[in-house]
Amino acid sequence: MTVTLTDDTSRPAPPPASKPRRRGGPRGRAVAVLFALPALLLLGALVVYPVLFSIGRSLFDASGTRFVGADNYTEMFHDPATLKAVRNTVLWVVIAPALLTGLGLILAVLVEKVRWATAFKLLMFMPMAVSFLAAGIIFRLAYDEDPDRGVLNAAVVSVHDAFAGTSPYPTARAREGQGLTQQKDGSYRTGANLSPGDTATLPLVGVLPADLPSGAKPATARPAAPGELRGVAYLDFVPGGGGTQGAIDRGESGLPGMKVEAVRDGRAVASATTAPDGSFALTGLAPGSYALKLPAANFAQPYDGISWLGPTLVTPAIIGAYLWIWTGFAMVLIGAGLSTLPRDALEAARMDGADEWQIFRRITVPLLAPVLTVVFVTLVINVMKVFDLVYIIAPGPVQEDATVLATQMWLVSFGGGNDQGLGSALGVLLLLLVVPAMVFNVRRFRRSQR
Amino acid sequence: MMRRRVPLLTGSVLLPLALAATACGGGDVSAGGGDKPLDGQTVTVAGVWSGSELKNFQKVLDAFTEKTGASTRFVSTGDNVSTVVGSKIEGGDAPDVVMVPQVGVLQQFARKGWLQPLSKSVQGTVSSDYASVWKNYGSVDDTLYGLYFKAAHKSTVWYSPSALEQAGVKPPTSFDAMLKAGHAVSDSGLAAFAVAGQDGWTLTDWFENVYLSQAGPEKYDALAAHRLKWTDESVVKALTTLGTLFKDKQLLAGGQKGALNTDFPGSVEKVFGPQPEAGMVYEGDFVAGVAKDQFGKKIGEDADFFPFPGVDGNTAPVVSGGDAAVVLKDGKHRAAGMKLLEYLASPEAAALWAGQGGFLSPNKKLDLGEYGDDVTRATAKSLIEAGDTVRFDMSDQAPAAFGGTKGVGEWKLLQDFLRDPSDPKATAAALETAAAKAYQD
Repeated sequence: MTVTLTDDTSRPAPPPASKPRRRGGPRGRAVAVLFALPALLLLGALVVYPVLFSIGRSLFDASGTRFVGADNYTEMFHDPATLKAVRNTVLWVVIAPALLTGLGLILAVLVEKVRWATAFKLLMFMPMAVSFLAAGIIFRLAYDEDPDRGVLNAAVVSVHDAFAGTSPYPTARAREGQGLTQQKDGSYRTGANLSPGDTATLPLVGVLPADLPSGAKPATARPAAPGELRGVAYLDFVPGGGGTQGAIDRGESGLPGMKVEAVRDGRAVASATTAPDGSFALTGLAPGSYALKLPAANFAQPYDGISWLGPTLVTPAIIGAYLWIWTGFAMVLIGAGLSTLPRDALEAARMDGADEWQIFRRITVPLLAPVLTVVFVTLVINVMKVFDLVYIIAPGPVQEDATVLATQMWLVSFGGGNDQGLGSALGVLLLLLVVPAMVFNVRRFRRSQR
Repeated sequence: MMRRRVPLLTGSVLLPLALAATACGGGDVSAGGGDKPLDGQTVTVAGVWSGSELKNFQKVLDAFTEKTGASTRFVSTGDNVSTVVGSKIEGGDAPDVVMVPQVGVLQQFARKGWLQPLSKSVQGTVSSDYASVWKNYGSVDDTLYGLYFKAAHKSTVWYSPSALEQAGVKPPTSFDAMLKAGHAVSDSGLAAFAVAGQDGWTLTDWFENVYLSQAGPEKYDALAAHRLKWTDESVVKALTTLGTLFKDKQLLAGGQKGALNTDFPGSVEKVFGPQPEAGMVYEGDFVAGVAKDQFGKKIGEDADFFPFPGVDGNTAPVVSGGDAAVVLKDGKHRAAGMKLLEYLASPEAAALWAGQGGFLSPNKKLDLGEYGDDVTRATAKSLIEAGDTVRFDMSDQAPAAFGGTKGVGEWKLLQDFLRDPSDPKATAAALETAAAKAYQD
């Protein structure tokens, strides 16, 4: 690939007269053919024959015995999974090579200016040495949704929790049919029939004894003094079962640290936090009837991070893993191109008072254009055949959401579908998509070799 | 699909490594001298077993050598038996005996004309010592080709006795009682069930148990053969029943989202691991192996099972699977291979492995006392007592594109159903579309 890096834009095109220079007589041609024969044979056996075979195979059904014409091709575009694969492939081709080339360019330009350039380049290039399978497994772990396993979600969750805090009883819920009803926002309320001097019991369930705060004491309901509304929030569950639902039995624990509000006409007028035995007292209430509310904050589910490998984010997540592997490649190639740039042009621009940004935009990028194109096109071809990362990172339930043409081709032909007719049709489609990029690359290659 | 009986214990992320699983051969076992009937012959056996399963099976093979003088050689095929055996037949190196792990593969082999019908003597043993259902699953077009040597019991709900005790409930005997017990467990602070939604096959097993009990064996057979459409009322009903469990946040550890993010080893860990999150996990008898080997639980004390309860007052389902021994026509020592099958059909051979654990025999003649522990004995008893009502795992009978592939067909559609169980009718319709495509009828 480095051949293309030589800067040919400054050289004049070679005179057309030199073209038929080496054409000898018929004998020379025979020798040429003889020398090319082994390569041609290999190419024929390994490339041309399989391509032709696949095209032929794509016209037959799954068993390979019945000619079905273009049926596989029409089926291909009616199958939602294939359509999704096409869509995802397009997404890959549009995003990944552009991002990579851009990133590579920025890093290459910046790296030129740091002292430890080689060490940095080495570091960036290292992921290239990791096999896709291993990289896939690494990222499958990193993206894991469980914060205890996935490092990304562990980071997201700890940042979130540092700001938002956690709730004391994420698993708790009210005992059904015992006066507390769940509201839309996740809070619980009693009926509005309590008045100062009353004592309320708020039975809750769903807390493991081991999850109770360490200071929790057995629940006790104390009678209310005049002018205050008393009550107790407690765990209405006796270990081992038994007990009366809705009543405080022996051995039932209070729920300390629970926030309770007295609500009147939809407005919270007083609030309290429960004591170690679960009791609370709301004071300073005017006579009248109130409802008690356990705000949703008591029960907020722990934040469990971002679902990286969910249906919506899975493709961007895999593209991220791909970036990690290939950025070094783009950077090194572009860096090599950068080092062959004519220094005098840059110097001249500097002398003329151009700032760094202008130099980058008006001189570096235009001069680097051939290299950038090669990197870009190579990556386009590479991205179209991406398989291992998608296959390994996407978990079963979202595999279809992440699928690309290459994985779909494999799945349909070997991974259970066993329909090699349809699989060949997908292969042909993939070939058709790659061909323009190939032609483009070959043309460039030729031009730069002249 | 073999994963379900030899679960990879390394967690979900390593599952793709199964791709890299390669075939590896077992060692030669040389025969002792003497004047035994099969001296000098070598029976080659191919199968998916490796690790402790292979070790235990080797003991059975060694006993056969001891008895007949024929030496044996085990060739491990990795997961894909049909591909490996097919290529070996084409290459002129056919094994004599293959341990086939799925009904579908056995039928495929028989239809290709690779199999030798079982000898009169084995046929006689199968007819007298096995429930006729095992004969049916070993037969293709009324010819008996396969002898079921090893069986799996896939209608067992495993629970942590301490969790159920804490919640004050007893192992339930009906589906509704199971949900009720689940709510009691949930009140105690643990989720009721750990469901491994990330592995589609566990969901198909859930469905099969509900369906077999609710719709009965006849409809089950019809659906398995796709004589009955998935849009049938009975399928919608079973999905609705399953949906009552799936949509109940109190019953699933981590809710639906958590379930979809849990693989099979993970679901066992949620019940029997160091930090329990749930009280029960449904899957086959192999759960015991994971709980014991990976989490050091004592089976029968720290981990126990109850049979998957009957739905709507019907009898409890017994969904099963098994490895059938078949003899290949192209095997060089197929006569000796048939003798091996005769031996495998005997209670004596089954007893050898039964004592080692991780094994159930469908052979009625095998004394239950031969099993190494009470829990295995109880599963074996339940399997034998179910007799002809035993049904094979439906997804194993279906074409792989429908019942056995990650990310497509039944696996994927039931995962979608777990994510959103609100429309069983639509799920049934999607299942029918996928089934019609895979069965090509």
